[in-house]
Amino acid sequence: MKGRRFVRELAESKQHVMYISFVVGIAFLLIVIRLWHLQILNAEDYRAMSENNRLRFVPVAASRGTVLDRAGKVLVSNRPSFSLAVIPQEVTDKNALLELLSTLLGLDRTEISERWEKNRHRAKYYPIVLASNLSRDQVEIIEENRMRLQGVEIEMKPVREYTSKELAAHLLGYISEISEKELDSEAFEEYNPGDYVGKNGIERAMEKELHGGDGGRQLEVDARGRILRIISEKGPTVGNSVVLTIDAALQKQAEKAFGDQPGAAVAMDVTTGEILAFASNPGFDPALFCGTLPADVWQGYLEDKRHPLENKALSGQYPPGSTFKVITALAGLQGGTINEAAAINCSGSYTMGGSKFNCWNKKGHGTTNLHKSLRESCDVFYYQLGEKLGVDKIAAAARAFKLGAPLGVELLNEKSGLIPTSEWKQKRFGKRWYHGETLPVSIGQGAVLMTPIQLASMTATIANEGTIYRPHLVKRIVDPDGKTVRETNNEIIGTASFPKESFRLVKLGMLAVVNEPGGTGAKARQYDVKVAGKTGSSQVVKMRNGKNSSKYEFRDHAIFVAFAPFEKPEIAVSVVVEHGEHGGSAAAPIAGKILRAYFDSKKPPRKPTSGSPEEDQDDVDSEKMSEPVTPKTPRNNGTPTHD
Amino acid sequence: MIDRRLLTSIDWVLAGLVLMICLLGVLNIYSATTPYKIVGMPYYLKQFYWMLVGIAVSLAVCSLDYHILEDISYWFYGLLLLLLIVVLVGGKRSMGATRWLNLGLFNIQPSELMKIVIIVTFARFFNNFQAVGGMTVKDLFIPLSLLAIPAALIIKQPDLGTASLITLIALSMIMYVGLRWYTIVTFVCVMIPMAWLSWAFMLRPYQKNRIFDFLNPERSRLGSGYHIIQSKIAVGSGGLTGKGFVQGTQSQLRFLPEQHTDFAFSVFAEEWGFIGCLLLIFIYLMLVLWGLNIAHRCNDRFGGLLAIGVSAMLFWHIIINIGMVIGMFPVVGVPLPFFSYGGTSMITSMVGIGLLQNISMRRFMF
Repeated sequence: MKGRRFVRELAESKQHVMYISFVVGIAFLLIVIRLWHLQILNAEDYRAMSENNRLRFVPVAASRGTVLDRAGKVLVSNRPSFSLAVIPQEVTDKNALLELLSTLLGLDRTEISERWEKNRHRAKYYPIVLASNLSRDQVEIIEENRMRLQGVEIEMKPVREYTSKELAAHLLGYISEISEKELDSEAFEEYNPGDYVGKNGIERAMEKELHGGDGGRQLEVDARGRILRIISEKGPTVGNSVVLTIDAALQKQAEKAFGDQPGAAVAMDVTTGEILAFASNPGFDPALFCGTLPADVWQGYLEDKRHPLENKALSGQYPPGSTFKVITALAGLQGGTINEAAAINCSGSYTMGGSKFNCWNKKGHGTTNLHKSLRESCDVFYYQLGEKLGVDKIAAAARAFKLGAPLGVELLNEKSGLIPTSEWKQKRFGKRWYHGETLPVSIGQGAVLMTPIQLASMTATIANEGTIYRPHLVKRIVDPDGKTVRETNNEIIGTASFPKESFRLVKLGMLAVVNEPGGTGAKARQYDVKVAGKTGSSQVVKMRNGKNSSKYEFRDHAIFVAFAPFEKPEIAVSVVVEHGEHGGSAAAPIAGKILRAYFDSKKPPRKPTSGSPEEDQDDVDSEKMSEPVTPKTPRNNGTPTHD
Repeated sequence: MIDRRLLTSIDWVLAGLVLMICLLGVLNIYSATTPYKIVGMPYYLKQFYWMLVGIAVSLAVCSLDYHILEDISYWFYGLLLLLLIVVLVGGKRSMGATRWLNLGLFNIQPSELMKIVIIVTFARFFNNFQAVGGMTVKDLFIPLSLLAIPAALIIKQPDLGTASLITLIALSMIMYVGLRWYTIVTFVCVMIPMAWLSWAFMLRPYQKNRIFDFLNPERSRLGSGYHIIQSKIAVGSGGLTGKGFVQGTQSQLRFLPEQHTDFAFSVFAEEWGFIGCLLLIFIYLMLVLWGLNIAHRCNDRFGGLLAIGVSAMLFWHIIINIGMVIGMFPVVGVPLPFFSYGGTSMITSMVGIGLLQNISMRRFMF
């Protein structure tokens, strides 16, 4: 029975195979007929479309998005620029054309011919740009001589305009032609040679938002290059705009406050983490990088000792110096190692294990408690505290502030700074931590490193009594129609949990730094707002043999951090003046000016009086060298870095 | 496992046809990718290596007796459904669709494997199915369910091309088994409202656009309408003898989209003309007919069903891809087997060829 069914089924199936083969044959025949129709009957038409009538692809560059400050002031925009391009396949006599172009427009004959040669390997329909930034006159000359200039085109391209010149140059960054290396990388997969991309700062970090989509038009043109019809067209899409958290006016004041001095300042909204000013001095003109940078300008940047191209606010790493004492103090208060009343006697130095560690004030501070130690920045107080705590407890407090790692600002290459621990030393150098190495760490020297962003964040965290906001520069992304695409949330990235009382004591100490007699940061004082701050000076190189070199590169960095108003903090500021020597004299006045500008802008009716009232008890020229100097014994108990 | 007698009975016609297409494909990819910015190994070389991998896979497939598949077919089916669900939940997104599954070492595309698994599953099902005189409407319930579940999961990705291919393969196998006339009539009556419903609720806007573009390419000069026009210009301008190797203006000037993958045929048509196309299409026709011939000669029903399934898979890929390139079908992402650049398509097609070899070699072994 089963056998019979099997045989019948098989026979039926075999018959079906015949039907199927027939259907397959018909299908293939239809395809062949269609091919006949295309390739034999209409071949002439299609061939004409592909060859005789010139098909031409004209790329239409996307307009890059703009960058605005928090109030909507345009910082970066575009202006049209005209360039001269040729389409090689339409040029009959190359040399004659180049000759004509150079005489008509006054272009350098060898230069345009070099440009042509450089693009030889590209498709023959693809326009080669021979000259950019044409003047109106040059454009007109080309238009008048259209008939003689077969294959020549004028391309309109948007170019980047940095409306306020050098303002926030490091923050904004610049764009430049895509490099070979970038072309090969995954991040720039969809880019073509000749595209402009952000190289730095916001231009680079927000490249994906700003770039927009290039469009193109496929045209059918006649032998003279006149457009017969548009075969296909894809409009460019304008990039999104980036609205920064920066306040352009405050940014300007911050940069101005530096004068010629190299350094960086970060001003942050304490309640949101928004960065209001992000200055790195000296600046540069980003527009220079869009075209070909003149060699002498480039050389000038490279040779300038103040490193104008470096974004010091983002990637400058400095020993925080005495500003770090607030961390050590919190660590001490937490475990009860010290309390409000605990006092030591500062004789001007502290000896431990046969080495002498100096206080910046060699005369000594006498009886010193926590409040005085912050106000007058007594080093000996912190040497003793650090010795009791050990490096790992100090590091734990610093880590609670999210120090020692990038905070997650939008820009690329944010540095992480460094918070040394005994484990770190073991890993890095294979050596155990010596107790004497803790002493410099407790006053923010040794291996401790922080960026200006971290300094500002640390200060804001103290002002907030523990809440850490992610510092950010981008407020929102807006599409070309003005609709908000994305709004940055104020993100809390952690909490430095210390008792409220500890924060209160440290904040009172910082208030005294600026406002009490003997305070090191008096130059940041404001007549109308209570400012709290901390000075610091960070050692650049360890002075050997106690020789105090006055050479510029060896001078200390001056640091000052502050927040205000004391009662209800709004803004935190960090200032680093490279080789400015003393936080109180070099950095505090800059912070003062930034705070002044901030509070002035908040109450426009009042007439701003510049600067703070100068009361002359501030000649406490802040701290001196606090590195242990051991003139007689050449033993090294200082920085645990190399050697 | 490998019987000596098997080696002597290798189906050289089948192997020869496939090899010819592969080599033409490599040559064509060389031409199609010359205008590209190449990073790393050139495409044609990669394709050549994929071909070698494919041959190894197909040898592996034909070394095991295909009857083993009968026992494990449903397990495969279940596993694949699972993978399709996993891919929807945690797959890798690329170009707006979730198709890839990262297995650490390499990515797999379960929907592509489904093409083979649906063939094996249907062969298993119909092998034990009494269908003398053709299937009734009731008989269709189980096979259509077996089809509908993976098809729905694949549409959800969304990958309309693969889903419709799986459907076409399955329907071809159903037609082979045979339907009663009234079944066909009922089927058509049900399909029309179904098609309307899926149009209204299941297709994504871009999928609808493609169908509109196909119906009227002038409608949009952008997107897929553009592809069809450019492809037609390329094919048509090839004329009788073509423009010559690496001489196609449309392809060398990069007017064609995806010219080394889905539109590889239009590059070939432009450079080799009508004569070249006839040759390539003739080889493809021979390949499909040879697959059907294997089904015809096979004296066991399971083998016959497998061979029909594989032939259908090849047939539909060829017809839809070439049809799309010459403007007979809407633009769907269907590669031309052995000819388009791409490892996944090469492996799937080679597994199919391995199955055909397997059946062809063992036809005298009963």
